[in-house]
Amino acid sequence: MNEQAKQFKFVGTRPIRPDGVDKVTGRAMYGADLTLPGMLEGKVVRSPHAHARIKSIDTSKAEALNGVKSVVTAADMPEAESKPVAAGEAMINFRDLAENVIARHKVFYEGQTVAAVAATSNEIAERAAALIEVEYEVLPHVIDVLDAMKDDAPVLHDHIFTGGVTPKPEKPSNVANRVEFALGDIDAGFAAADIVIERKFTTEPVHQAYIEPHAVVADMGPDGKADVWCSSQGHFMVRSFCAGLLKIEMSKIKVSAAEIGGGFGGKTTVYLEPLAIMLSRKAGRPVRMVMSREEIFRASGPTSGAAMTIKIGATKDGRITAGDATLCLQAGAFPGSPVGPAAMTAFAPYDLENVRVVGFDVVSNRPKVVAYRAPGAPISEYAVESVVDELASELGLDPIEFRAKNGAKEGTQAAYGVKFGTIGMQETLEAAKATEHYKIPLGPNQGRGVATGFWFNIGGESCAGIRINEDGSVSLTEGSPDIGGSRASMAIMAAEVLGIDVAKIKPSVVDTDATGYHFVTGGSRVTFATGMAVVDASKAAIDELRARAAKIWDVDVDGVVWEDGHAKPASTNVGDFEPMSLAEIAAIANKTGGPISGHADINAKGAGPGFGTHICDVEVDPDTGFVTVLRYTAVQDVGRAIHPSYVEGQLQGGAAQGIGWALNEAYMYDEDGKLENAGFLDYRVPVASDLPMIDTILVEIPNPTHPFGVRGVGEVPIIPPLAAVNNAVAAATGVRFTALPLSPPAILAGTGAGD
Amino acid sequence: MSGMRYEAPGSVDEAVTLLADEKGVARVLAGGTDLLVQMRAGMISPDLVVDIKKIAETKGITANGGGFSIGASVSGAEMGEHAELTAAWPGVVEGAELIGSTQVQGRATMAGNLCNASPAADSVPALIAAGATCTVAGPNGQREVPVEDIPTGPGKTSLGNGEFVVDIKLPARPAHAGDAYLRMIPRTEMDIAIVGAGVNLVLDDSGTCTEACVVLGAVGPTTITVADAAAALVGSKVDEAALAAVSAAASAAASPINDKRGTVEYRTKVAGVLASRAAAIAADRARSK
Repeated sequence: MNEQAKQFKFVGTRPIRPDGVDKVTGRAMYGADLTLPGMLEGKVVRSPHAHARIKSIDTSKAEALNGVKSVVTAADMPEAESKPVAAGEAMINFRDLAENVIARHKVFYEGQTVAAVAATSNEIAERAAALIEVEYEVLPHVIDVLDAMKDDAPVLHDHIFTGGVTPKPEKPSNVANRVEFALGDIDAGFAAADIVIERKFTTEPVHQAYIEPHAVVADMGPDGKADVWCSSQGHFMVRSFCAGLLKIEMSKIKVSAAEIGGGFGGKTTVYLEPLAIMLSRKAGRPVRMVMSREEIFRASGPTSGAAMTIKIGATKDGRITAGDATLCLQAGAFPGSPVGPAAMTAFAPYDLENVRVVGFDVVSNRPKVVAYRAPGAPISEYAVESVVDELASELGLDPIEFRAKNGAKEGTQAAYGVKFGTIGMQETLEAAKATEHYKIPLGPNQGRGVATGFWFNIGGESCAGIRINEDGSVSLTEGSPDIGGSRASMAIMAAEVLGIDVAKIKPSVVDTDATGYHFVTGGSRVTFATGMAVVDASKAAIDELRARAAKIWDVDVDGVVWEDGHAKPASTNVGDFEPMSLAEIAAIANKTGGPISGHADINAKGAGPGFGTHICDVEVDPDTGFVTVLRYTAVQDVGRAIHPSYVEGQLQGGAAQGIGWALNEAYMYDEDGKLENAGFLDYRVPVASDLPMIDTILVEIPNPTHPFGVRGVGEVPIIPPLAAVNNAVAAATGVRFTALPLSPPAILAGTGAGD
Repeated sequence: MSGMRYEAPGSVDEAVTLLADEKGVARVLAGGTDLLVQMRAGMISPDLVVDIKKIAETKGITANGGGFSIGASVSGAEMGEHAELTAAWPGVVEGAELIGSTQVQGRATMAGNLCNASPAADSVPALIAAGATCTVAGPNGQREVPVEDIPTGPGKTSLGNGEFVVDIKLPARPAHAGDAYLRMIPRTEMDIAIVGAGVNLVLDDSGTCTEACVVLGAVGPTTITVADAAAALVGSKVDEAALAAVSAAASAAASPINDKRGTVEYRTKVAGVLASRAAAIAADRARSK
């Protein structure tokens, strides 16, 4: 790896991020930071019921209040058909999306939007919201995923008939879809096993818990053109969703990406943006809307909770013969849980001959789920990795060796369809086994757990522009909102290709009018795909720089090469010319054809799958059930770390979120289906003092399809922690827990010490 | 719309007059770590907020005759920096310092924690175990009140119209005295106690316990003083048998509810665990003095 690293001048270095000073000085502009002349403040009226029919909405008292400038309900939004439609490149059911933005006939969860108001101040808007009278007919509700699947469960949507089964069911139900992935013959596989372990698991829905709330400013002029400023994981997503919902041409909506204070998948959809446009259109003034933390918990999507059954068989010598899984995932109020990826990833870290995974996408009266880092994978892989660990333990095998013996490698056929190319599963296991951490002796009530994780990573549409300025500095434009330090990585890759200092390059995330369509910042795709566009754009700029040098020298362009930031004659045959620097060529660009730039608009293919192995040490207080995480090491194949600090940060952040998922995070509902812990006091994400330093080891098995070998890194690290913690707790207590979170009361109840 | 008034009087009398004259809802502001959060969450909307931080009597920690007077606007961080106070009453200080986080500690006050009247207040069990009193100022002058008489139920106090707490007083310590406070939260900070246990005890020269007080938080509508646990300690060397008896007595005395923060079974069990652990720490501290 060091040998390869030597060939790079900037890739693998750690310059200060271009957005760093703005962020530490408070100058950075986040979603709520924009103020426009005449701007109104918008507030949302939310359902107090988990499931109810809307009988009437009377907005007259609110409209009569002095200072109120507009009120909107579902009547202000065009009705959409219930069918998947291409929005940008994603398939969206606009009817579900519309109802999640503003309820039309029914409310499906406590906190769902039923109306919105805009007024001259927050206080007036709040008072107006309280004056909107909504008459409900309360309906029976269902919260739990297994309850929602029962025959006598209240049915949320009478148009949902379970998909993926034949014949089509006669009755509507809450089971929106069934998926299945299979390989080989599991009956034969289990027959060949010496040991079979089957366990049932449950996990809670968990929220992404981004620190910045959803926030938007929208301003629509009388000509129907809208400017939108918001914090999201994709301003092109915001444009296409708003255009589709409101039936406005995309060219008439310009969305600018504010800085974003965390998303983790949770900002890959719209909540406030269409409402703000509707309110602005009606009021003729700009409107700002900002969610409170309580609204975020009640009305924005977490990822699914789940109920699962996992069965794995193995021979005495440690070869897994078959894996079988049934996964039931909560989708929330509308179909669309990540059961597909959960099913596809469940056994993906392993080279297995016989696999079957069946998954169900189940609606219930909770907020609609939305993406959260590696959607679905932490859930299914937690359950599988817990059983894998138990098998290793029962067979008396080292858990890393057992995984290595069965682990995926180049050429492994995954049950979900692909045959893996160059992957680093085995290398992460080897690196984990070689750590000091894995050898540290443990004390009383302490335990060590290991788990692996797999995620696909994706490519997708990205664009980049490289503009060579007259003074030789470079403006880099792209359209992927920067969540994890991607501007720094883009500048590094451009510098590497152009051969100029990284400090000469200023990267910017530009608005939807200034660059082409980008898929969201998600799927661990930006450094890979937008990075590829930046490399291509840089190469295009170099071609133009070479052409200009050729013109100056009056030689054929093939006679000019680009090395170390200079145009040089390809050989002495071309002629004896002094190399020209990028700055020298730029300075006289007006004499050689005008401004110099390079552009690339691509759909990146060939994202490299990512694998990680985590080691976790815990100590469990036998009398209180409190779990202390003592040590934690995250090992991951990152392909190539462009800016290693931000890669390490991804690993640490993913591990921290996964530990929170494992230990304390949970949604608590009362009997009426109302959320009891809509705030950070009782929705317990880990605080800094809860965690040890998360050590990271970057394994670099370059992705052969990326010019620098990049693999996505942002999602893999949230997958292993759930099982790593669970397996460590099992080692510390001797009890195999099968439900998350592992809160102190749950631990005490499980170990029997609470009796 | 709301005509909320903010006043920051410079004297106890002015504060009392402002509070007593207010016809609407009046609230006292010290650190504000409960009040401002409740206002922001829309739980309360006071007509008058009286900031007591400019009143001299609410400031500073004074040592007198072996005891201490801690002003009502003294923050947890100030207490933690006070070497004498921390040496004499480590349990009281650690209770106050568990409130919130490092940032919150710069503001949060013990008097505010007391008057917020949460059954889970972290500073209160150790204060009661210590035999602390507080000075209450009001329209009829000032009175000294045992701290346990201030909270009367969740969010409710015995303070009358126009009254507020000016300071909290801790008594002088004999030799071989120690105290401790422990709480259970599912995290390490920024949380509310599921169970809290404060213990204060005095040993004689032979190491036999002569005085003890064991107080539980978060396992009833107000704190619970566990007389049986104290009785188990007095006359013992605070050995394993005595600690087991403390644990059993504390669990027996706990009368918690099931809520989003914990179950009855869990709180009952852990009340005993924390009471005996706090007693052991208090005894170790007493032995070292």
